[in-house]
Amino acid sequence: MNKRVLQFGRLLDQSRTVSFSFNGKKLVGHPGDTLASALLANDQHLVGRSFKYHRPRGIVAAGPEEPNALFGLNRGARFEPNQLGTTTELFEGLEACSQNHWPSLECDFGEVNSLLSRFLPAGFYYKTFIHPRAFWKHVYEPLIRRSAGLGRPPSEPDSDTYEYLYLFIDILVIGGGIAGLQAAKSAAQAGARVLVIEQSPHWGGRTVVDATTAADTIGDLSAEQYVNQILNELRNMPNVALRNRTMGAAVYDHGYVLAYERCTDHDPVAAGPRHRLWRIRAAQVICATGAIERPMTFAGNDIPGVMLASAVRDYLVNYAVMVGHHTVVMTNNDDAYVTAILLKKAGAASVRVLDTRAQHESDLKTATEALSIPVSHGRAIARVMGRKRVKSVKICDVSGTGGIIEEIPADIVAMSGGWSPTLHLWSHCGGKAEWDFRQAMLRPKADCPPVGADGRGFVRCAGAANGELDLQDCLNQATETGSRAASDIGLNVAEVEVPVAPRRSETAIQPVWQLPAHADHDLQAKSWIDFQNDVKVTDIQLAVREGFESVEHTKRYTTLGMATDQGKLSNINGLAVLSGSLNQSIDATGTTTFRPPYTPISMGAIAGEARANLFQPVRCTPMHQWHQDHGAVWEPVGQWRRPFTYQQKNESVDEAVVREIKNTRENLGLLDASTLGKLIVKGPDAARFLDMLYTNMMSSLPVGRCRYGLMCSENGFLMDDGVVVRLSEDSFLCHTTTGGADHVHRHMEEWLQTEWWDWQVYVANITEQYAQIGVVGPNARKVLQKLGGMTLAADELPFMAWQDGELGGFRARVYRISFSGELSYEIAVPAGQGLSLWSTLIEAGEEFGIMPYGTEALHVMRAEKGFIMIGDETDGTVTPQDLNLNWAISKKKKDYIGKRAQQRDYMVHADRWRLVGLESLDGSVLPEGAYMVEDGRNALGQENMIGRVTSTYYSPTLGKGIAMGLVRHGPDRMGDVLLVADLEGGHRKARIVNPIFYDREHTKQNV
Amino acid sequence: MSDSVAPLGTETFVGIAEIKPLGLQGLIAVRGDLQTQFLGDAIKQVMNIAIPGVRGVVFTGNDGVGWISPDELLLFCDHEKVAARVDELRELLGDRHTLVLTVSDERVIFSVSGVRSREVMAKLCPVDFSPTEFTSGMIRRTRMAQIAATIWLSKHDTFEIIVMRSVAQYAFDLLRVAASEGSEVDLW
Repeated sequence: MNKRVLQFGRLLDQSRTVSFSFNGKKLVGHPGDTLASALLANDQHLVGRSFKYHRPRGIVAAGPEEPNALFGLNRGARFEPNQLGTTTELFEGLEACSQNHWPSLECDFGEVNSLLSRFLPAGFYYKTFIHPRAFWKHVYEPLIRRSAGLGRPPSEPDSDTYEYLYLFIDILVIGGGIAGLQAAKSAAQAGARVLVIEQSPHWGGRTVVDATTAADTIGDLSAEQYVNQILNELRNMPNVALRNRTMGAAVYDHGYVLAYERCTDHDPVAAGPRHRLWRIRAAQVICATGAIERPMTFAGNDIPGVMLASAVRDYLVNYAVMVGHHTVVMTNNDDAYVTAILLKKAGAASVRVLDTRAQHESDLKTATEALSIPVSHGRAIARVMGRKRVKSVKICDVSGTGGIIEEIPADIVAMSGGWSPTLHLWSHCGGKAEWDFRQAMLRPKADCPPVGADGRGFVRCAGAANGELDLQDCLNQATETGSRAASDIGLNVAEVEVPVAPRRSETAIQPVWQLPAHADHDLQAKSWIDFQNDVKVTDIQLAVREGFESVEHTKRYTTLGMATDQGKLSNINGLAVLSGSLNQSIDATGTTTFRPPYTPISMGAIAGEARANLFQPVRCTPMHQWHQDHGAVWEPVGQWRRPFTYQQKNESVDEAVVREIKNTRENLGLLDASTLGKLIVKGPDAARFLDMLYTNMMSSLPVGRCRYGLMCSENGFLMDDGVVVRLSEDSFLCHTTTGGADHVHRHMEEWLQTEWWDWQVYVANITEQYAQIGVVGPNARKVLQKLGGMTLAADELPFMAWQDGELGGFRARVYRISFSGELSYEIAVPAGQGLSLWSTLIEAGEEFGIMPYGTEALHVMRAEKGFIMIGDETDGTVTPQDLNLNWAISKKKKDYIGKRAQQRDYMVHADRWRLVGLESLDGSVLPEGAYMVEDGRNALGQENMIGRVTSTYYSPTLGKGIAMGLVRHGPDRMGDVLLVADLEGGHRKARIVNPIFYDREHTKQNV
Repeated sequence: MSDSVAPLGTETFVGIAEIKPLGLQGLIAVRGDLQTQFLGDAIKQVMNIAIPGVRGVVFTGNDGVGWISPDELLLFCDHEKVAARVDELRELLGDRHTLVLTVSDERVIFSVSGVRSREVMAKLCPVDFSPTEFTSGMIRRTRMAQIAATIWLSKHDTFEIIVMRSVAQYAFDLLRVAASEGSEVDLW
């Protein structure tokens, strides 16, 4: 059935059509439609099932406050659940499906919950935790898990792209209605850089819809003409930018605002990002976010066809949709009369107004009655009849208990319980609200705004968001708000002319929160407060009876306002019912906290560009591509990728590691060591500084020599290690671990900047300036000598020395250091020459059996030598003394970072676990991280633990498993056999041995 | 002697802006108190450029001096001239407490050019790139998505960006995504 009314539809192009589908059914709409308006035009009111009771639910609103019209949109890689029909623009080929029903929307099995509703009251979920105890695990949880949740998650990766945009602006105006445009104009006229954002595709907000009569003018213009005029003025100002389809999502400290732009949702075939998240720094924020109409609370107010009065006229005026032909308007204020007038003008078969207020006179009422629309005063809806659609309305006296006076047929109930200013953005960062008794609304408390670092407010509300419901008040206040914001950022504000709008005579709203006023329990149990989370009046009353009197507790106990709509329609009604139950005024009850985002924003927008290859930066060494081309199996080390091993054809990863180790021990290995941190420390106080940073003495290191050093945190625990090189009297090069470079750099800067700010030391991180290549193995010297240049004879460049020179045409620095126990050189050249040197070495080394090796071979070889590895043997609770590294701890130095902590009694306790070597009795490899246990059990019933395995490998050199571990009294127990618990619950036997398994005299590295 | 090679080739990307890796650039990091006469004199003598003010950068031909922090400068010159410049500076500065380092090879430079270049940059960096606020002669150290970056305008609609060498590919991919077709912001 086509419900379009030809003379309306200001946002619609009725000359063209758009095809879409709902639950597989082909439907037609027009360009300019929202999904909701197109469904209503097709007389599809039922759009989903409620969360808890699976009750049939229809479209209630026309904007982002909509609680029910949530859909799964599109399919496959573009499927997205929980999309609001009221803010989804229709496009050709749109596919929508309803949610939370089984097997179908029309016939839902879960509706049985509704019959059981007296057993599923507020807090039932929490009560299921308690008793009977066993029921939670076996009955409640499986049931609740199956029925909970609305939309289904997508099953494919999102095929769209998303991005951020950082923007700095003087004044951000959120909301492109009449107030926002007016405020923007006055701010811009003062010279401020202004950005106006509007969540919908259209400017002008409600004013255009609500200006029903020829008398509703602004200046000499109609509302629509005035909006177009001010838009043109703003567009012509170079300091103003206007952005529609962009929602103010969140306001944070320091004027930081998130705005959510939906770039291509309305045109999915267009190129470019789907959403753009604007990260805005605004000196001043103006919230011109309008107001949201409140539902009224009566039995059956959730039946499809019960809608907000404003939404009924939005669909008519904007989208030419007559949502029904027999409408009952239920109101406690003048505003809903506008709906009655418009419906009548559009040719509705019947319109009837029920006004809770006693007989009164106002301009809108006069206009209504002039159209022969019957108005009944002091009346209320007792109950709406119908299941999947309103069928009739039972009418009662507003002050009674619900005695039926008459029943009239109807297909639409247009309700208006008054307007609530949209305070969300004002409140996100701490703006306070106060109850306005005259207008029955929570409005911003102007003297308690969100404040910036200077203690001054940076957010203002303009127009209806500030509670200005009268058009002239709105224009005046918005104009002044724009000027004040400009003035606050130091601009000279000129007088801005405010156009004149006619004032209507008006009768005040009557705050009634339950219809009828003394509704019995049966009616209250069918009076919905929160449509999406199925919270009824009786649920709030129950919460109060059970002692949940604080508004925050009631919210959580009943789940009021906790659904995806965050209670945009339900919060004030809920507060009012709670206050009524507590016999206190609404301002005494207070409100819950508004939290960002205003409406849900896509996960894609939050991630921005950070996905797939851009999820995190991957750091590559200059030889990265060579590794990739030669079978590298990658290992992430911090953000670096390092070759774990180089896998050859017909070889497993384990076999590759064994081959690399054997080859390095017997012939020649090549290691890309470029990732190791390289920090330059220079200055008159550099030596003194390093004496404090390392546990051992660095000031005594001669120029031309290298020394292994340990670095501890102030708590005495080992933090990093590496070879320190003395470059000159006043400059050092400190090598750090791969993952430690940035951290150690920061550590050094912190001590220099906060403690020893008067020491003359500069630190620079030059990790990436150099490619560093380890040339390792018995043939290392031969290949380097073959390259020519530096002679590198054993006596000229002894172990732990370094030299600058020329090597095979490269200007290089050669360090004779070893982490493998073999004859070993590390050669540093500028990063841009790294690949060239690497290739030269590979070629020159062929006759010496050269092969690259990866991090696993490096790990195994260092373990064979008993060298510790930061992160394996240490975990932030291990001291150098625990690792028997006392030789690297200076006794002569008065102080170093960590020294004092290491003298505490716990740190020198004899029971501390200390490093030993471990060998399984059967030669197998012990499990990683396994605990050593002894007889007896601890207080938790676990086996008593006396140590743990820190490193464990198969050693191809020794042909058996080797390990290191920390064991209580370990070094005193050489030769003892311990039990090592494995993951299967059994035990293996391992003997405590010297942790140096290979070349205990260190002769091989020193040839 | 062997020559350095930049990590990315000469591949350029054209979307709503042109993204181009610029190849080798000589870079020298200088630490020292920028207020001291001797440092100003040494920089002037070697670069023929006075030390710029806060967040300033000055270029004369291929030579440039950028303000990085109250005690740090970044010097620009031809890659092959770096070694001589470093030697000369160290010589002039003598025993004074300063640090002069070659950093050419640890960094890479990209250019982002075209009328949309400001938009591309504003998608990645928390910096005010509006034409009135980010102008020629300014240099900013900031964050570009998840990496550090140094940014200045080399021409009125061409940005140059320095990032660390190891993340060259990430930076290139990042800039390409930010400049992809159809992603115009239409802001400036």
